[in-house]
Amino acid sequence: MANLTLVQAINLALVQEMEKDDRVIILGEDVGPNGGVFRVTEGLHKRFGAHRVVDSPLAESGIIGTSIGLAMAGLRPVPEIQFEGFLGPAYDQLCSHAARMRTRTRGAFTVPMTVRVPVGGGIHAPELHSDSPESIYAHTPGLKVVMPSSPYDAKGLLVASIRDPDPVIFFEPKRIYRAFREEVPEDEYVIPLGQARVVCEGEEMTMVSWGSSVIQCMQAIERTGRNIELIDLRTIYPLDMDAIEASVKKTGRCVIVHEAPKTCGLGAEISARIMERCFLHLEAPVQRVTGFDTIMPYYKLELEYLPDAARIARAIEETAAY
Amino acid sequence: MPITKVFSTEIERVSILDEHGKFDEKLGKGLIPDADLLRLYESMVACRHLDEVAFRLQRSGRMGTYPQNMGQEANSLGAAYALNKDDWLVPCYRENCGLFWRGVPMELILLHWMGDERGNAIPRELYCTPLAIPIGTQMLHATGLAWASKYRGEKRLACTFFGDGATSEGDFHEACNFAANLEIPVIFFCQNNFWAISVPGKIQCSAPTVAQRAIAYGMKTVQCDGNDLFAVVKCVRDMAAYTRETGKPAFIEGVTYRLGDHTTADDARRYRDAAEVEMWKTRDPITRLKAYMKDRKIWNDSKEGELKEKVEKEIAAAVERAETIAAPTRDDFFNAMYAELPPDLERQRDTMQTHGLGEDPAQLEGAEVRQLDHPEHAH
Repeated sequence: MANLTLVQAINLALVQEMEKDDRVIILGEDVGPNGGVFRVTEGLHKRFGAHRVVDSPLAESGIIGTSIGLAMAGLRPVPEIQFEGFLGPAYDQLCSHAARMRTRTRGAFTVPMTVRVPVGGGIHAPELHSDSPESIYAHTPGLKVVMPSSPYDAKGLLVASIRDPDPVIFFEPKRIYRAFREEVPEDEYVIPLGQARVVCEGEEMTMVSWGSSVIQCMQAIERTGRNIELIDLRTIYPLDMDAIEASVKKTGRCVIVHEAPKTCGLGAEISARIMERCFLHLEAPVQRVTGFDTIMPYYKLELEYLPDAARIARAIEETAAY
Repeated sequence: MPITKVFSTEIERVSILDEHGKFDEKLGKGLIPDADLLRLYESMVACRHLDEVAFRLQRSGRMGTYPQNMGQEANSLGAAYALNKDDWLVPCYRENCGLFWRGVPMELILLHWMGDERGNAIPRELYCTPLAIPIGTQMLHATGLAWASKYRGEKRLACTFFGDGATSEGDFHEACNFAANLEIPVIFFCQNNFWAISVPGKIQCSAPTVAQRAIAYGMKTVQCDGNDLFAVVKCVRDMAAYTRETGKPAFIEGVTYRLGDHTTADDARRYRDAAEVEMWKTRDPITRLKAYMKDRKIWNDSKEGELKEKVEKEIAAAVERAETIAAPTRDDFFNAMYAELPPDLERQRDTMQTHGLGEDPAQLEGAEVRQLDHPEHAH
């Protein structure tokens, strides 16, 4: 077992899947000899050659559109988009085609591709490099959306995504690309999509989060010293509502934490579902700690925008006191 | 420093059977054997008749919006004829004739426009991709499909169709650039029919030809008379040979004309001169080919009469097949969403059956749920 960063864990998953299955190919801007802007595809070009790790023209719709064709022809493309802010030009291909091809053709054509995209703030990047658009894609029927919060999960979830017969958007929280290391097995393992992880068990309150916010949640829990159950969604869609339901029925309280803007963020969806399923078990209103309904600010203010341990801890205390 | 010329080029236009019936023996001799020519003619006549029938079906409420192919039949047909059976055909939505030639059952196309997704369940072994509504996006899929063939070391190329309007879309340019730079064997076939709904071609492309757009991408390009089946077959055959040989993409501008409306929801009389339409009727690919075949004494009025009868029967049977396929069931739109339906979607499907408000059916256990009548949902 090796002690790996998130970047190394993803790289390892890519290497192993490419070795195992020659239908897996990588394409995108700078993914070749340069190894990607975050070096996630480092060494792959040398190892697998220019025909399997392809530097494409600078064109996001082109990268996703050609990947759709590659996938329709039976390959397993893993396109990379450099930053989530540049998903915009590819939105049409993702939502008008990738998401619809199976149902449009009643299964005659499918799009088994995994779009890898760094996501979120916290690394002092310029504008359009720090957003959290996961709910936009979770709101698009036909796609699956994944966001790991640890190296171990990243490897297992990426393998599951590449092998999934449907299109997956694999969001990689860039803030924790190299923030810490974790024991990651060399051996093959798969973390099924659609299953949340209970990070720590607790009785007093449920917290739900995903991506790098999970780390801030852990800090906040430590700060309050309360007995809190933290659920890391791991997969944004399909949403593991059963795990949330079971926890909230046990604790009666829930705080949801995400980086994305509040309005129509995934927190709103989870909160509404808790109302549907757990209304009579609630001891307090479901609370959300989120980014704001503003444009993500330039980096001098990004830490004011992002939910931090102090803000989350306040929400925990308010919810506990209700 | 002197000023020097760094680039110049010219574009060829191919015409073999012109609108006056003049046939270029040198280019056209042996291009299409007579037996094939008769079958190709028959296919265009059938496609034209299907257009008329589909128009009536739409007007009588038996079909949704339908885009007629009238006037443009030679383009996709010529391409489908010239290509190998396992080359990808990546259509827009005015390529019926090529799809039928490839073997796509007529009832599937009818079913599609009748609002049933099962019409797009085109058997994979026909190497045709589904009809879709976004404009210009399919050229990237064609590039990916052909790329996959190249990756596997196969000689299969892709031919994708689009209108002049689609060449204004960003995806057109991205597809040309990907295919040219990565050397992917795609044929880009622009059916330049001069109108994108009500917007004339000059607003899509200010250059004198659409074909020259390909030059900017370093792509081999040609313009052909898209209402001349012979010219289309020659251009596609030549470009396919080049593409197969070099692995590089090629571009064809088929100059044609949309004789009908954009779709049954459109009325082209609002924006188009009747005189222009009348002029283009004289260049109709079907009447042109018929005149040629009559000249050659391989066709006559009696054969035409027999064909008309045969085609009418064939189309009527296709319509009957499409209309008698059992309607999709009310939970059908949950099917084929994913390879495996996520539990949450299963729940939604089950909730739908109870006419509930979106509650988890498990919560309704023991509760009295009034079953509502929804006659409009009954099949």
